[in-house]
Amino acid sequence: MIIDHPLLGPRDAQEFTYLGDASLINRPDWQSENALSEFHDYLYLRDNPAGEHRELWYHEQGDRSWLVVTRNTTTHEILNVELAHDVAKAAAAERSAQ
Amino acid sequence: MHKLKPITPLGGNTPRQDVIGTITITEVADQALASVAARRGQANVVRQKLSDQIGLSLPDVGNAADAAPFSAFWTGPDQWMITAPHESHELLASELKKTLGDSASVVEQTDGWCRFDVAGAGLCDLFERLSNAPVRTMASGTAIRTTAEHLGVFLWRLAEERIAVIAPRSSAGSLHHGLLAAAKSIA
Repeated sequence: MIIDHPLLGPRDAQEFTYLGDASLINRPDWQSENALSEFHDYLYLRDNPAGEHRELWYHEQGDRSWLVVTRNTTTHEILNVELAHDVAKAAAAERSAQ
Repeated sequence: MHKLKPITPLGGNTPRQDVIGTITITEVADQALASVAARRGQANVVRQKLSDQIGLSLPDVGNAADAAPFSAFWTGPDQWMITAPHESHELLASELKKTLGDSASVVEQTDGWCRFDVAGAGLCDLFERLSNAPVRTMASGTAIRTTAEHLGVFLWRLAEERIAVIAPRSSAGSLHHGLLAAAKSIA
């Protein structure tokens, strides 16, 4: 697979390591009242789609940035690549706008 | 303790040089290194300070810059590696920290890395065998982090026929072996 890095352009997937579902960015607040059940869900509950999946990749043998890669799990086609930094910032902006 | 003497990454008293066909592989041990990572939201302050005080304009993604005796190459978002001759800038990291203050985190890197300058015609043939970096399309003054001989390395194109390979110092022997093997395979 080739991952089209938003800063560096197309790079071989062997330079990257895989973490898992992109929802791992949304870590629950450890001080919330339901922290225990929220962390249970955060840690154990995942969708396992056959098809489009948003996931976290780390460019370990490159610029060491975290990416959110949208990948089709049945064809391995890579549909979108964003910097996790940008995704997290956008999500935070959305939360504060609510 | 007073009888300690410096050795090169390959363990010699003097830097090693190998000539294989058109390729020359030179161990470079006379450069000090320091990494600079701008703190959150401070990248422009870091750029401004280095530009004002040592005349170095920090390079953008994938590039390198020179402002003698300093050079810099991009290593990641808002992060750079700065080099200068060890002879005159042994305390490079402290110098940079004084210049940058709280705007950046500066880490001494000199003894963490080994560097080999590979020069000669056929350079791209050699690196094609060693890594998947697009060396043929890399212009002079660009740098890329990739893998070679299973090691995470920086390839820094200094000139059309000269590339510096910067790799973990403790793996200098393995990298050197890989460079020699690739050079012999194209000689």
